[in-house]
Amino acid sequence: MDKRRYRYDKNELFWAYLMIAPTMLGLALFYVWPVLQTFFYTFTKWGAFNNYQLTGFDNYKHLLTDQNLLKAFRNTFLFIALSVPISIFLSIVVAVLLNQKVRGLSVYRTIYYLPVVTMPAAIAMVWKWLYNADYGLINYLLSLVHIRGPQWLTDPRIAMYSVIVVAIWSSIGSNMIIFLSGLQGISSTYYEAASIDGASPLRKFWMITLPLLTPTVFFVAVVSLIGGFQVFDLIFMMVVGSSAGTATTPAIDTTQTVVYLFYRYAFMLNNKGYAATVAMVLFVIILAVTYVQMKLQKNGFTTNRRLVGWLLALMAPGAGRRHYSFTSF
Amino acid sequence: MEQIVSKFKETHPNIDVKVELTPNKQYWSKMETAAAGDQLPDVFWMNGPRIVKFAANGQLLPISDQIKADKVDMSNYPEALVKLYTVNGKNYGIPKDYDTIGLWYNKKMFDEAGVKYPDESWDWNALLDAAKKLTNPAKGVWGIAAALDSQGVYYNMIPQNGGYVISDDKKTSGYDKPEAIEALKFWTDLITVYKVSPTQAQMTDTEPMQLFTSGKVAMYFDGSWDAIEYSKNEYTKDKVNVAVWPQGKKRAAVIHGLANVIAAKTKHPKEAWEFVKFLGSKEAADIQAKTGTVIPAYKGTESAWVNSMPNFNLKAFIDMVAYSVPYPVSKDTSKWTTVETEQFTKAWSGQIKIEDAAKEVAKQMNGFLAQEQ
Repeated sequence: MDKRRYRYDKNELFWAYLMIAPTMLGLALFYVWPVLQTFFYTFTKWGAFNNYQLTGFDNYKHLLTDQNLLKAFRNTFLFIALSVPISIFLSIVVAVLLNQKVRGLSVYRTIYYLPVVTMPAAIAMVWKWLYNADYGLINYLLSLVHIRGPQWLTDPRIAMYSVIVVAIWSSIGSNMIIFLSGLQGISSTYYEAASIDGASPLRKFWMITLPLLTPTVFFVAVVSLIGGFQVFDLIFMMVVGSSAGTATTPAIDTTQTVVYLFYRYAFMLNNKGYAATVAMVLFVIILAVTYVQMKLQKNGFTTNRRLVGWLLALMAPGAGRRHYSFTSF
Repeated sequence: MEQIVSKFKETHPNIDVKVELTPNKQYWSKMETAAAGDQLPDVFWMNGPRIVKFAANGQLLPISDQIKADKVDMSNYPEALVKLYTVNGKNYGIPKDYDTIGLWYNKKMFDEAGVKYPDESWDWNALLDAAKKLTNPAKGVWGIAAALDSQGVYYNMIPQNGGYVISDDKKTSGYDKPEAIEALKFWTDLITVYKVSPTQAQMTDTEPMQLFTSGKVAMYFDGSWDAIEYSKNEYTKDKVNVAVWPQGKKRAAVIHGLANVIAAKTKHPKEAWEFVKFLGSKEAADIQAKTGTVIPAYKGTESAWVNSMPNFNLKAFIDMVAYSVPYPVSKDTSKWTTVETEQFTKAWSGQIKIEDAAKEVAKQMNGFLAQEQ
């Protein structure tokens, strides 16, 4: 370890802290403090106009008997189990393909990235029209080949899968960019050496690309997983979405996620104390899952990365997924 | 509003009124935050679902004494509305406007099916008969949209069938009473038994109003507030009209409207009352009626609104005031309405029986109401 690290003088330290102060203050004020407040609220019960009373562990006791919470976790896990691996797999494929020298490269990259810069609400609206069972484009096309399309968003057995498709579609772009940067960090000398040894392109992918890409895969997996646990906007806009503000879709039982449930308790039922408890449970689960992921990742990983990972986990309940791709670069 | 204020200033030159407009979507979150921080405006608009919550939590100034002292005649406003803004025997607001629900129908589709237009003589059976005749699966059209809509539908039907949503003392739910269940069943049967309405899944994909305005359903219950929408829509402006609610065992129609209220912590209670009194006057109502957006609450000033859209039989909305019932509310209305919608969604889509849904709602609602006491 470099000894110089410990020889900063006080003046230098002062400036260093001053420089990071805005970020640290922002983090403390907008992330750490709300987390602490949320924790406090788990011991309260809320009445009208934001007055509350302390109720001890009542909210935690209620968790144990909450059927909706079970359903919500089941749905959230299904969402993650399908959307995260498939999205990572497709993103790697797209990234590898777009890492070649092909004509119109920037056009392809732009096209794949387009969903990322589009508002999630707009994406949800457009897909809602496509999915419309009676008048939507997808079922119209199916009807041309004499197939009666299903009720994509209102059939309880299908709705969640329809949402997962959109989630994967809209996440490929941002994941692809991260993988591209990972791919370009791999030195071309490895490939040259492999070529001299006579390795096939596929073998090069398995023996060079994938192993050297693991830190990136790990990073994307952590971020996607946290994002998956927090999925709300797509579900709310596509499945729940009605002008009434309360869910009137037959598919609510099989699509409500944990964050939707949090929203329902906090803002529909004005049960903010219990909603905070649900958020806390989610926080603990994300923390635990991320910790396990860290443990599983043994090789090719620096302390620095680990720190980034922990910070990500810490920030989990407060922020949307897009923030991470921002802070991590 | 500006016109009304300048008129007010003519007679009250020493009172300064500052109008602040807030978009509908932000209005209630803004007011609830303001109430929590004691920052409510002196005078503001109140709606039915929140009146008890605000009044019972001491956010509003009771105005019964002022009404008596200044001899304001409350019979100038629809009785059900005055009742809506009376909490624990005290008046808290003077009604500003109101809305009722009517049966909107597509004349073209009625003509094609050879069905007589709805009128005052209709009862529920006539409605069902017409819906059957107007439905044509081959053409993809339905007689009626049996929407999952509280104010639009079952808040009307339950009292029409002799039932109630919430008891007058706001202590018990009426959803487990046979009258309520029967009314709800009549409605859901339109979807599940008679198949004269699109399914709940279809109405989730495409809003019932959209189905009506594109000629896919022939009858749709909608409020007076959408009249202006139908008169602007190219398709509906000369193809649709409106009639009163068909009667059940008796006539009934739910009424709702906004009221002007005064914040309890106002620094100018006297001036605020003068202004609220003026806002409730015939003079202010006349100015409001001309804009055509809402029905003014002051009796006799409705005609300007009725005449603003001569294509439609808007008088139907006014006629229903005579037998109107108040919008069902309690201290924390949104709690039980959330459960209500969630349970009824399952019943509307045929996942559970409407009887079971209604009983479950009643059970949970009674629980919430008990907490409110």
